[in-house]
Amino acid sequence: MKYVFFICTPVGGEELSPEEIADDPRFTSYIEEVRSRDVVKGGARLRPSTDATTVRVQGDEVLLSDGPFVESKEYVAGFDIVEVADLDEAIALASRHPAALGGGSVEVRPVWE
Amino acid sequence: MNDVEEAVAAAFREEWGQVVATLIRVTGDWDLAEECAQDAFAQALDRWRCDGVPRRPGAWLTTTARNRALDVLRREAVGAQKLREVAVLARGEGPYDPEHEDDSGVQDDRLRLIFTCCHPALPIEARVALTLRTLAGLTTPEIARAFLVPETTMAQRLVRAKRKIRNAGIPYRVPPAHLLPERTTGVLGVLYLLFNEGYAATVGADLVRTNLCAEAIRLARVLTRLMPDEPEVLGLLALLLLHDARRGTRVDAAGELVTLEDQDRTAWDRASIDEGAALLETALRRGRPGPYQIQAAIAACHATAATTEDTDWADIAALYGELERFVPSAVVRLNRAVAVGMAESPAAGLALVAKLEREGELEGYHLLPATRADLLRRMGRTPEAAEAYARALEQVENDAERRFLEKRLAECRSV
Repeated sequence: MKYVFFICTPVGGEELSPEEIADDPRFTSYIEEVRSRDVVKGGARLRPSTDATTVRVQGDEVLLSDGPFVESKEYVAGFDIVEVADLDEAIALASRHPAALGGGSVEVRPVWE
Repeated sequence: MNDVEEAVAAAFREEWGQVVATLIRVTGDWDLAEECAQDAFAQALDRWRCDGVPRRPGAWLTTTARNRALDVLRREAVGAQKLREVAVLARGEGPYDPEHEDDSGVQDDRLRLIFTCCHPALPIEARVALTLRTLAGLTTPEIARAFLVPETTMAQRLVRAKRKIRNAGIPYRVPPAHLLPERTTGVLGVLYLLFNEGYAATVGADLVRTNLCAEAIRLARVLTRLMPDEPEVLGLLALLLLHDARRGTRVDAAGELVTLEDQDRTAWDRASIDEGAALLETALRRGRPGPYQIQAAIAACHATAATTEDTDWADIAALYGELERFVPSAVVRLNRAVAVGMAESPAAGLALVAKLEREGELEGYHLLPATRADLLRRMGRTPEAAEAYARALEQVENDAERRFLEKRLAECRSV
């Protein structure tokens, strides 16, 4: 089954640069594991939600607002698309994600297939 | 009820969970499984009247339900792909043969069902409801009544849970070894919650609610047969039996709460106490203690004491200390304070209560001031006790407990 992991980080938490992540053993060991098992089918790291622009259309008018579509204590910092056998495997993988260990969380959502 | 009706009713109690569990494995469809199980029991009423009750009702029911499922699937299968799937399901299906019906995998089906119903990705209310519906065979209206929620709410809860199992890919299986201890604890938690829900329902409660105790015990028995090597499973069943033995004496004829020291010990159910104590002994011999075994040991101390004074309170205090290692909760520490108050002195218990009050974790929990009140009352510090009873009354929710506290408060004020 395919799942999307939404990697959520607390607002105002530390924002690691790609170089810092590449040096962080928590991330490198996780990345190593998912690479060796070939379960990640795609994904992306996202710029902070302060860089977001939200688009809505009302009638003919395009409404733009600065920031994420919903303000909350956490924001989506990235996502992974993974393919595993079932929810137990997805949970096992998500529970080893560095974001889940460090005050953030991982939302596991099955893909509508 | 005639013989056949009785046989079907007995089979329903014994086999419902089994039939549904196997059908879910075979069809992968929870709703279809329930539907076909229901249908098989309806057919049994007719057929057993003519053909007699089969030697192995469970096997008969499973086969009948499975054939019904195949019929439904065949009717629905229009495309070639679908037909092939049905053909796979039907493979190896001969006519019903009681001598050769193999049920070696069937035990596992029920275990699969228990673990799936109690999967931690489902909300706890859904785990309880799903267990009662699919495993115990209670109807949705019955479960709704037992949990005091509208029928539509309960129906929604069950639909959502089944949908999540399907859509989120919750596996239908007994968890692998590395997940088993954690998941088993989860299953035991659901059964204990089920029991407590029935145990808490005392005054004028609907019979369906008090029946939850019997359902929990029945399911725990099933689990001990399926997982005979798990001491905590035995511990849970022992605990439930030991509590249940005292259930009838917790409330008097007028519906008022009776405390442990005032309960009629001769009315306790000896058979349940003996069975619980024996199970506990078997569990403890495995040398792998856990929270349910310890709680059962505490319940056994109470259940086997002839009077309150006879109770080995020092032992109970020590057991609560042990329990705290597994369950580091303030409620456990409060219970230990009560035991110490009995084993040593009310003053020693009060010191522990004061510590809990400073920690603040039990803020708003009525049993904290109620315990303080009881200890002060026994020390003869009546005005202070009255004050604490009044505080407990502000926080209590259960009516029987409220009346009990009011009675104690009145006693304190009349001194």
